[in-house]
Amino acid sequence: MNDDPILAARGLTLSFGVIPALLNVDVDLWLGEILAIVGESGSGKTTLLNVLSGQLRPQSGIVTYRDPEGAAHDVHAMPPPMLRTLQRSDWGFVHQDPRRSLRMNVSAGGNVGERLMARGARHYGDIRAQALDWLEQVEIDADRIDDLPRTFSGGMLQRLQIARTLVTHPRLVFMDEPTGGLDVSVQARLLDLIRTLVARLGVAVVLVTHDIAVARLLGHRIAVMQRGRVVETGLTDQVLDDPRHPYTQLLVSSVLQA
Amino acid sequence: MFAVCVRRWNGGRRRSDADCYDNSTIFIPHCPRGTFMKGYNFAYLDEQTKRMIRRALLKAVAIPGHQVPFGSREMPLPYGWGTGGIQVTASVLGRDDTLKVIDQGADDTTNAVSIRQFFARTAGVRTTTHTGEATVIQTRHRIPEETLRENQIIVYQVPQPEPLYRLEPSRVETKRMHALADYGLMHVKLYEDVARLGQISISYDYPVMVNNRYLMSPSPIPAFDNPKMNRMPALQLFGAGREKRIYAIPPWTEVRSLDFDDHPFRPINAHQACGLCGATDSYKDEVITDDLGGRMFVCSDTDHCEQRRAATVQRHGPARPGHRAVSGPSDETGDDGSGAPRHGEAATP
Repeated sequence: MNDDPILAARGLTLSFGVIPALLNVDVDLWLGEILAIVGESGSGKTTLLNVLSGQLRPQSGIVTYRDPEGAAHDVHAMPPPMLRTLQRSDWGFVHQDPRRSLRMNVSAGGNVGERLMARGARHYGDIRAQALDWLEQVEIDADRIDDLPRTFSGGMLQRLQIARTLVTHPRLVFMDEPTGGLDVSVQARLLDLIRTLVARLGVAVVLVTHDIAVARLLGHRIAVMQRGRVVETGLTDQVLDDPRHPYTQLLVSSVLQA
Repeated sequence: MFAVCVRRWNGGRRRSDADCYDNSTIFIPHCPRGTFMKGYNFAYLDEQTKRMIRRALLKAVAIPGHQVPFGSREMPLPYGWGTGGIQVTASVLGRDDTLKVIDQGADDTTNAVSIRQFFARTAGVRTTTHTGEATVIQTRHRIPEETLRENQIIVYQVPQPEPLYRLEPSRVETKRMHALADYGLMHVKLYEDVARLGQISISYDYPVMVNNRYLMSPSPIPAFDNPKMNRMPALQLFGAGREKRIYAIPPWTEVRSLDFDDHPFRPINAHQACGLCGATDSYKDEVITDDLGGRMFVCSDTDHCEQRRAATVQRHGPARPGHRAVSGPSDETGDDGSGAPRHGEAATP
């Protein structure tokens, strides 16, 4: 099973008017691996994530997803009900701003339980038990289960979003700057949490970040993007310790040493 | 069953097509006392509008629980008073029909009396307060206690047809959710109720799944009435005038109230017998009887209550005067003036 990538993209191209956002991008992702996509603002990272997750249609190129039975599906040719089913069970999406995916007027437990209920869970006791279990896994106090997310801090919101996404045990998770906007100590805890959970669940992750440190900590492989092109790709340590492309060299050398 | 309805609608249209060119008073053999108001088409709406509404109804019946848009007309009553229901009734009403109109279960409230009179005048159809004698029942907020039959149509007045309205403000998104049968959000609302209050706290307009496919608002009927919708022999039509939507449940369709396995659906009712007829199995209203805190619970379905009381009187003594039976439209006003026994009057010692 590990021979075939869970997600494969070939020749993705998309431009917004005259601005090329993606130029002939290829991506492969295997189960249990974290692929970090780094690059400066406007290099097409988030566009790539949206195209891979089926939210944005490329002008040319194909994205193939391989389901647990081994069948390959063209993400952009999939019927909408099937894509929606994938997005709410097998896939997950972690936004930079947790307010985009959380329901702010629904309790923490309801937020975690929503994907379970969307998938057909109809036993309140079970849903509640799973919500409690997941809150504990993301280090949120069990007695906050009935509190509204608006009473939570930024770091707690992000952890709640992760619990909400992982509760259905997805196989593939897209993360868009999951640590953006958080202070350094909260970031460190969150990164540790993501690394632990991802390793334990064996999910595949596409992680978009502009932070080289985050990529180094989490990513197994790395893809460096510049102006819509993937300029360098390889194992994280290899690319970051021995950058070949001039842009990667610039990127690595511009990181402040603490 | 459905074929029967279609035939009757067509029949109604064919006969009234000729009528629209004739503004004189028309003699109706089935209803000798009935007369039309001059200058109006049969049942007020013009034939093209009725045809448009019937098309929407056919589509609605073909896709149980799916909301079909229609070109709602302005009616001579304000939004919120049953403009959707009255248009559906006008479109399905034939000359042989007997109409009953109820408002919160009562036949003698302003809305019920006005709409009944409206059709008595503009269509010349028979009207009744007895559920068993009606062929078309327009209702606001209740389903009659008496079990409906196959040859009856019940028309609900609907203020808000979208069950997800309070949870998802975007109509584009709710349409997509219906299309993809993505109803997790509705269960999140139920989850929140149980988490906060220990039970599902929806007492009216309790959401239902129709035919295991569409999430539907049953209109603001009490949750107590929800089980009556399941596999009902009568055709159920829903009209929302302001929101311009029609939906339907064909006869014998499965209608299931949403719940959790460990928190099953519970219809809510007052834990008291009716103060007038003693019924324990009917839905009760709480009525305040004086300024001293006096109150009683009475059947919300006035026809059901009156029939039960009449049966008791027949066993124990003479029938009460003013008991209303099938009446022609001409004596409708006088009948309401003299008044059938009302809850308030009967409650006064």
